[in-house]
Amino acid sequence: MEVAKLTDVTRVYKIGEVETRALNGVSITIGDGEFTSLVGPSGSGKTTLLQLIGCLDKPTSGKVVITGKETTNLNRNQRADLRKGTIGFVFQFFALIPTLTAYENVEMPLLLNGRSPVERKQRVMELLKAVDMTDRARHRPDQLSGGQQQRVAVARALSTNPKMILADEPTANLDTENGEQVMEIMQKLNHETGTTFVFATHDPRVIKYARRVVTLQDGLITKDSKVPAK
Amino acid sequence: MLNYFKMAYRNLGRHRRRSFLSGLALAMGTALLMFIAAFFQGEMRSSLETTLRLNSGHIQVRDADYDPDKLSVAWEYLIENPGRVAAKIEALDQVAVATPRLMASGIISVQYDSIGVEIMGIDPASSANDPYRTLVSGEFLSADDREGILIGYPLAQNLGLNVGDQLKLLVNTSEGNVDEQQFTVRGIFTTGTTAYDKGIVFLPLAKAQAFSGAGDHASMIFILLDDREQADAVAAAIPSQNFQVKTWQQLNELLVLINDFSNAYLTFINLIVLGVTATVIINTLLMSVFERTREIGILTAIGMKGRQIIALFLAEASLLALGGITFGSLAGWALSAYFEKVGIYFGDLGISGDMILQDRIYPYLTLGSAINLIVTAFIITILASLYPARMASRMEPVEALHSAQ
Repeated sequence: MEVAKLTDVTRVYKIGEVETRALNGVSITIGDGEFTSLVGPSGSGKTTLLQLIGCLDKPTSGKVVITGKETTNLNRNQRADLRKGTIGFVFQFFALIPTLTAYENVEMPLLLNGRSPVERKQRVMELLKAVDMTDRARHRPDQLSGGQQQRVAVARALSTNPKMILADEPTANLDTENGEQVMEIMQKLNHETGTTFVFATHDPRVIKYARRVVTLQDGLITKDSKVPAK
Repeated sequence: MLNYFKMAYRNLGRHRRRSFLSGLALAMGTALLMFIAAFFQGEMRSSLETTLRLNSGHIQVRDADYDPDKLSVAWEYLIENPGRVAAKIEALDQVAVATPRLMASGIISVQYDSIGVEIMGIDPASSANDPYRTLVSGEFLSADDREGILIGYPLAQNLGLNVGDQLKLLVNTSEGNVDEQQFTVRGIFTTGTTAYDKGIVFLPLAKAQAFSGAGDHASMIFILLDDREQADAVAAAIPSQNFQVKTWQQLNELLVLINDFSNAYLTFINLIVLGVTATVIINTLLMSVFERTREIGILTAIGMKGRQIIALFLAEASLLALGGITFGSLAGWALSAYFEKVGIYFGDLGISGDMILQDRIYPYLTLGSAINLIVTAFIITILASLYPARMASRMEPVEALHSAQ
């Protein structure tokens, strides 16, 4: 089953009089349970592609279907609704809400989904345990290391049991040890929960975990290869 | 439900000094406005009460042809047998007191000084004259006093008069002549209103009638009611044949008009000051929106809707408003309560139109005006925060996230 299907997608950014074609007629299908890396040099369009899959952005032309739902004509709130229940995000910068504790950050998507307090508590503790952050649950982001923050971000992305987690350069600001740790956690969760993971990266540490590598250059997919399971 | 207030509280705590200063601006605005409202209401209340107490009463009954500006004591302009008319009126329901008064114009002379005054002949026993019973020295008049005169403190000071001193009083008589007699200062009174006290002297009614040649006549029946709001009803019950019956509203049209407009005036001042305060709130929240662009991007990315972003910023504005307005209201109330006790001394403010202002104004804060201000301040703060809140809610997640990288 496919989680995301993009057909002939183009994204053109216009800044002043200058048009930049970030994606140029890209078609890609992301299957359920995939652990896929979008790779390519800076400006190749991988982040743009990730944002379109995540309904954070709208294509200039083409079709984006997420879990069977056409998203092209959805308004801002409808896209927020779709993201809330279907997609989790992990960003390059440690995108936690600075005023909330680790626990509260993970709880936030559950609150937005209207889950009960009991359900929330159980789920948050379960996820913090999965990313080995139980003992830091009451710490705020500024009291956590980069690696710890990214682990909390992973837990948050997973909190609502989304179909798909999209991670934009998740290890870019982490040292080798923390980067590996975060990737291992995500791989483990992919195995255990079957959640689809899509990364935009040029970090070899991330690429080596991927089971599918999609290479982009100048807004086009130049290579799409499966990596055999080790 | 998402705990907007918890998040809002913590967000405000990120920039404590900025939040404090914004709250302080709101607090100072609220305190200032509350004090202005109290001062203005105190001034209006004092002016109205003083004017009614000293000058107009609640109802005046006069001869149909009487002109209060001329102070004529010619018989054709006066009420005949005023004691009987007053007694009849006093028998009406709602009438607390009805007393005859004779008004005449005169000149006081002491050696080489002379000052024009109003002469009021009063029934010394009537409770309507209680406002003149506060004496700096001497004693009040008695009905059968034929030589005594009651003068105000500022007049006594101007003329260097003390109790027991003699003065000459010249009066315009009913026949259009002038008469002069010598009087002894029996007492020196104060009503707390210099402008009034320096221009009037009192004689017992019988003496004033005899002195001016008014006979058994009076310029008016001065009436006080149990409840001044009943003035129209009582006025309607007084036979108006040969009389003009004037209620306090008719006697003090300017004052009533100013009083009626006072709320609009206060609302106008409120809007100006709160408008300025609102810009501080807008500025604080706008800075917050710009600083938290990335955070807003994250929140929208994880599924927060526009209205929830708005609610988050409105919660911040509400907390600022709650803190600022609570503190400001307490400060404004304390300030008003203090000056309500001690008053603010202005001295001789003069008599403007029908308005008589006391030398000392006592602010008076009503619950209604305090609530009105608090609610207005809260609403304006929330309305002001709508602009930055909407701006935050309309950010495209991808742009918000990009702007931070």
